[in-house]
Amino acid sequence: MKTLRRLVRDRSALLGLVIVAALVAAAVFAWPLATFPQDVTNYDPPHRLLAPSGTYWLGTDRMGGDIYSRLLFGARITFLIAVVATSLAVIIGVPVGLVAGYYNNRVSELLMRISDVFLAVPQVVLAIAIAQTLGPAIQNVILALSITYWPFWARLVYAETRSLRNEVFIEAAIALGASPIRVMALHVLPSIASSVIVRTTIGMGGTILTAAVLGFLGLGPPPPTPEWGRMIAESRAFLPQAWWYAAAPGVAILLVVMGFNLLGDGLRDVLDPRMRRGGADAR
Amino acid sequence: MIVRRVLWMPPTLFGLVLIVFAISHVIPSDPARVMAGENASAEQVQVLRHKYGLDLPLPQQFLRYVGDVATGSMGTSLFTQRPVAEDLWSRLPATLELALYAIVLAVVVGVPLGVVAALRRNSLLDHMVRIVTITGLAMAAFWLAILLQLLFSMWLGLTPVQGRIDGWGPDPITGFYTIDALLRGDWTTLGQSLRYIALPMLTLALPAMATIVRFTRAGVLNVMSSNFVFYQAAMGIPRRRVVWKYILRSALIGTLTQIGLIFGLLIANAVVVETVFDWPGLGSFAVSSILQSDYNAIMSFTLFIGVVFILVNLMVDVAQAVLDPRGR
Repeated sequence: MKTLRRLVRDRSALLGLVIVAALVAAAVFAWPLATFPQDVTNYDPPHRLLAPSGTYWLGTDRMGGDIYSRLLFGARITFLIAVVATSLAVIIGVPVGLVAGYYNNRVSELLMRISDVFLAVPQVVLAIAIAQTLGPAIQNVILALSITYWPFWARLVYAETRSLRNEVFIEAAIALGASPIRVMALHVLPSIASSVIVRTTIGMGGTILTAAVLGFLGLGPPPPTPEWGRMIAESRAFLPQAWWYAAAPGVAILLVVMGFNLLGDGLRDVLDPRMRRGGADAR
Repeated sequence: MIVRRVLWMPPTLFGLVLIVFAISHVIPSDPARVMAGENASAEQVQVLRHKYGLDLPLPQQFLRYVGDVATGSMGTSLFTQRPVAEDLWSRLPATLELALYAIVLAVVVGVPLGVVAALRRNSLLDHMVRIVTITGLAMAAFWLAILLQLLFSMWLGLTPVQGRIDGWGPDPITGFYTIDALLRGDWTTLGQSLRYIALPMLTLALPAMATIVRFTRAGVLNVMSSNFVFYQAAMGIPRRRVVWKYILRSALIGTLTQIGLIFGLLIANAVVVETVFDWPGLGSFAVSSILQSDYNAIMSFTLFIGVVFILVNLMVDVAQAVLDPRGR
């Protein structure tokens, strides 16, 4: 509660929180909020490429679909991909980092070297290669993203665990006869949870951006799924006339990624006093 | 430290080859069939399959590929039938030219902006810079590319929509069209190539600039509160000199460590931005070979980027050790 109150007092963090909450609301209430919910799957050629108006708030696309309604349903796709892919990356990365950081032997060296291999190319490149191999489907996008992003959490947890390893409270727990798993789960993990939460929040933004790139290249969920990146790709054939077609999904991506970034920065300030804003931070 | 990293390069690259090989060989589609075309007979497909060793067991194909890479050849593109290494080299200057201009622009604009934002903390300027950086980091690069194209090329007609040059480029000296044109005194070509490069360069520069501003600002704020700055101020050293000489030097070390990250960002964005602007570089090559399931091309591209990426990070480490005696 105290955390939340401090978060709300930070204006930009509050903005981030509001944006993320709006994304969740859009995803959950897409049906009641949409003005033309049937346009997500149905074609309506007579009304194609109409400019924004009172009826079609953000205009219509090449199939006559209402862009505002399609964006709402697209929020579901974006949210689903980001949450599941990031969770999988956390589920793989955190245990790897814990084990590698807790022990100081060949296995930890090997685990960290493996994560280095994944970090040796930009994530987008690897994700594109994997997504292309698996074929355009939502579960493949999720898989590609989690395979490329887990090393970020492994690295973070590794570094934090390493620095905690010689703390008195960890040594005390070991001296009392706690098993390694118990020490990692009950003593190390709670101490590093706040950095993991911050990294995960900011990581959601990165995942959404990469997912949009995959959609843009045609590697995302196939049509008629209203995926934001694909909508932008489709709009290119109708520029410069149908500018709203390209603008709307891009603004949606921008706002959502910004929301997660701001929220992550705010959370860092609140949860992790060592790294106040202005300190060293990654994207 | 640095020796250790150099020693780890080959195993890391080997791991990378292994991963990419595993990825690209799970592909259910048959590249030999794709290459032979729709109407090819089963025998023709078989001939192609044999020619490229696609009928060998996977471990053997892998060894063959590793052998090729070790000897500097990167195999033949399954699609263009040309050696991949040749394609990569011929496309490298286009991407380098773009990336270099983008990073220079990002540094030249980003560093002073970050310093000024830190000096006038919480001023209107600082808030504006902050809005720009936050936006720059949250924007999808391909979308920014399309917006710039829409505004400058389609509506205002100031720049070409796509491509790198009309017709053929100037006779290569460096492979950078702008520099080659300058060296040959060909002003028309120079102007033209500058108009072509402007938008992709801007698109790539913005997120890189946002990162640089952020770290420079944070670094300057950090150094400004340190004791040596108070001491220098007390000694009566002019503030301008303290800021632009002493503070900046310490603050830039923090920014420098991010060059690796920024470079990764540039390459990642180049992949899509080159595709949007139809820029004939490595990024658009990668996208087209990925979309054509061209194994060899994908593997070689990934490996190529991996090598460059590792080298850049290594150079950053060395530069940091030189600039920052504390790290030694």
